[in-house]
Amino acid sequence: MHKYILRRLLMLIPVILGVTFIIFTMMYFTPGDPARIMLGEAAAEADVIRLRAELGLDDPFLVQFGRYVKDAVVHQDIGRSYTTKRPVLELIMTRFPSTLNLAALGIMVAVIIGIPTGIISATKQYSLFDNVAMVVALLGVSMPNFWQGLMMILVFSVYLGWLPSSGFNTPAHMVLPALTIGTSTAAIITRMTRSSMLEVIRQDYIRTARAKGQVESKVINRHALKNALIPIITVIGLQFGYLLGGAVLTESIFAVPGVGRLMVDSIRSRDFPVVQGGVLFIAVTFSFVNLIVDILYAFVDPRIRSQYK
Amino acid sequence: MSNNNMLLEVKDLNIHYISHEGTVKAVNDMTFEIAKGETLGIVGETGAGKTTTALGIMQLIQTPPGKIVSGEIIYDGEDLLKKSQSELRKIRGNKISMIFQDPMTSLNPVLTVGEQIAEVIKLHQNVNNAQAMVKAEEMLETVGIPGARSKDFPHQFSGGMKQRVVIAIALACNPELLIADEPTTALDVTIQAQVITLMNRLKKEFNTSMIMITHDLGIVAEVCDKVAIMYAGNVVEYTNKYNLFTTPKHPYTVGLFNSIPNIEEDETRLKPIKGLMPDPTNLPSGCSFHPRCPKAMPICSKEFPKRTEVSEGHFVHCFLYENVDNKEQAGE
Amino acid sequence: MTIDSKKVDIQKENVTEDAKKRSQWLEVWRRLKQNKSAMVGLAIIMVLILSALFADIIAPFGIDDQNLMNALQKPNSTHWFGTDNFGRDIFSRVVHGSRISLQVGFIAVGIAMITGGILGAIAGYYGGRLDNFIMRMMDILLAIPSILLAISIVAALGPGLSNVMIAVGISSIPSYSRIVRASVLTLKDQEFVEAARAVGANDVRIIGRHIIPNSMAPIIVQATLGVAGAILSAAGLSFIGLGIQPPTPEWGAMLSSGRQFIRDYPHMTAFPGLVIMITIFGLNLLGDGLRDALDPRLKN
Repeated sequence: MHKYILRRLLMLIPVILGVTFIIFTMMYFTPGDPARIMLGEAAAEADVIRLRAELGLDDPFLVQFGRYVKDAVVHQDIGRSYTTKRPVLELIMTRFPSTLNLAALGIMVAVIIGIPTGIISATKQYSLFDNVAMVVALLGVSMPNFWQGLMMILVFSVYLGWLPSSGFNTPAHMVLPALTIGTSTAAIITRMTRSSMLEVIRQDYIRTARAKGQVESKVINRHALKNALIPIITVIGLQFGYLLGGAVLTESIFAVPGVGRLMVDSIRSRDFPVVQGGVLFIAVTFSFVNLIVDILYAFVDPRIRSQYK
Repeated sequence: MSNNNMLLEVKDLNIHYISHEGTVKAVNDMTFEIAKGETLGIVGETGAGKTTTALGIMQLIQTPPGKIVSGEIIYDGEDLLKKSQSELRKIRGNKISMIFQDPMTSLNPVLTVGEQIAEVIKLHQNVNNAQAMVKAEEMLETVGIPGARSKDFPHQFSGGMKQRVVIAIALACNPELLIADEPTTALDVTIQAQVITLMNRLKKEFNTSMIMITHDLGIVAEVCDKVAIMYAGNVVEYTNKYNLFTTPKHPYTVGLFNSIPNIEEDETRLKPIKGLMPDPTNLPSGCSFHPRCPKAMPICSKEFPKRTEVSEGHFVHCFLYENVDNKEQAGE
Repeated sequence: MTIDSKKVDIQKENVTEDAKKRSQWLEVWRRLKQNKSAMVGLAIIMVLILSALFADIIAPFGIDDQNLMNALQKPNSTHWFGTDNFGRDIFSRVVHGSRISLQVGFIAVGIAMITGGILGAIAGYYGGRLDNFIMRMMDILLAIPSILLAISIVAALGPGLSNVMIAVGISSIPSYSRIVRASVLTLKDQEFVEAARAVGANDVRIIGRHIIPNSMAPIIVQATLGVAGAILSAAGLSFIGLGIQPPTPEWGAMLSSGRQFIRDYPHMTAFPGLVIMITIFGLNLLGDGLRDALDPRLKN
């Protein structure tokens, strides 16, 4: 098992390197002169030229890339923001807790709503509950979550005045963003749970369990669920990983000071080091979450566990 | 009107599957009896209604779209069709057990083999967890698997061993009746022989009655005491093994025996029964076999033949035998 | 002449294969018709396509007919969805926006499907180091959440409709490459491929004529759902101001500009958002229905 984990970790390295390369390339070719951005539009040309030389911005592409990788690996330095001059890593780490919080809350809401609904839908297939749940879930998946966020602000902040619409420091602030993310993710989880349960209930071993004289509730819980949850856990993990860097739009709407919003702001202000460092950070985190999900999968499914013994 | 010697009496059982594409009359007027310690074979091709009959006895049929339309299933003097679900649950796995065709998918992949055997023991016997696991290990030994493997998962066993586990689960509570639905069809021929030998031994040891569902007449010869031949949902011939193999009466039965390749004779062509199994939603009128029957008469397409006792304990549904005049046409 | 007769045989085989294929598609269509929700989805998409095609006729006003005296009107009989802060008719803008959304959806998915499909087919068919390399590339793309990837690409390329299409397209490539690769892996060992090789078909012909047509089912489902995802991503990009430029009536951009007026004039955001939701809903219904129709075993 440990060899498997080690191997996966090693395989992460070229992927991370590749991500760094791609994002570095994209930032390199994005229009905008870093030196001029740092010094401001009004700065003198001579100053700009001098800064470019200082920062090595005229060196060949690969040299710059190599330098970036070396700094990142050896000194844990992924650059400084052009606009605020603070280290990128520091910027990201101050933002990460909010994103983590939002993602965790969102997933919790999603699981609490999604899994029971999916189970009931599956066991009572074609019933009224099932049909309504499926329509609602499909609407949830179809609704752009930035629009949903706006509508929720409209209803709960503007009309009802119950909850604040931006910021993230008090629990009250966290409700709307968590609900926005939570309900969209819940829709996905409901559909997945339902289809996984439906598939499992049709299996022969469920018939065997009934033929033993087992009560229906235990057939569902002990036999069906245990099998159905395996792929669902994967989906939950992947969604969580995605939310750690992909909740860009929700963070923007609710002014959550998270990593995603940092990315959007930095792209707008052409603050390349932050974008580079941020995407790198997100990619690393996402890859780690994927790895953990895979390992978890091996723990939960005895067939996979045997493969890696 | 139930015969007190019989463990199970099925009378005029009718099971339909109702869907918007049509109604499948899967089992029609099914009647048979099994005494204690007896083995009945139900023989027929795929789609003849054998599995549906078995599931019907256990009342494990998916109730939409399936439906037990009429009939009686008298077990130990009581009609199973009149029992509630909770009463039936006490019987399943305990008095009547069933094993299914495909061992690869019959076991829950995330529970150990021991847990799955122990489950049926705990359901019906008053034991705690530890005692149940001990009994589970004993059952494994009984079917020829080392007891220590009770902690292994199903995917760690081969197909034949999985089927043994299934048998262990079925026999763990010492049922009076075991229904085996093509238990060896999915296995290699050599493993088939092992499993059949095992089942025979256990049958004698526990004095279990058995319904053996199969399409293989060889298995019938080895295991069964009496046989019901099914075609398109109906029993067409019903008698003991000896009569069946020496004097088969129904043209379908005769056709089945003729289509088995004979190693000893020098045959150039096989003799299959001409035609195909009918579409279950669109059965032929009268006797369902008449389009394929070499001895079909005009009446065969109009009415369904009643049960005729051709000789003692030998029943056929065929107009050839229904009255004395027709016996001449049958070549008696 | 054995070679000629072989050609005739291949041609005959192609004809019967085509005939079988046509009846297969008819069967799929028949199954799809029975599915009521899929038909609802199809109807919604038809409305969308029609409004895109005939936008000029359907829309009473133009995209940029500003009339500041009529600004910020609530929905009424002249302006069914009301007007925005420039006095432009929102309904007309939404109708024209359907043209843009459809364009983005189809072209982005087209880019992803063709690029991803080719990469996946090569990876699956040739296997080995090539397979490994291509799949590592896909892993790299997948390591970045797709919305972030699209944002970065648009930032690098600059704003504008075509760049949005390219960005969304690139971020969708991995899923198609996976689907095609999985299909190829299953199919390439089957006997009809061996048979084709035995008559001398080259690799391109085998992939193009035999393997890919047999993998169409999951690709079609993914494409339908992919158009939905592309429209959503494009709307999201425009929403944060990184995609399509004003005055283009892209639905996401309309949401963004309506945001500041949400307190008093919610109709500016409500209607475009509703239209997006209905469109995606319809595409999802259709996609689900196609999935069931193409593989009826999956339904109960």
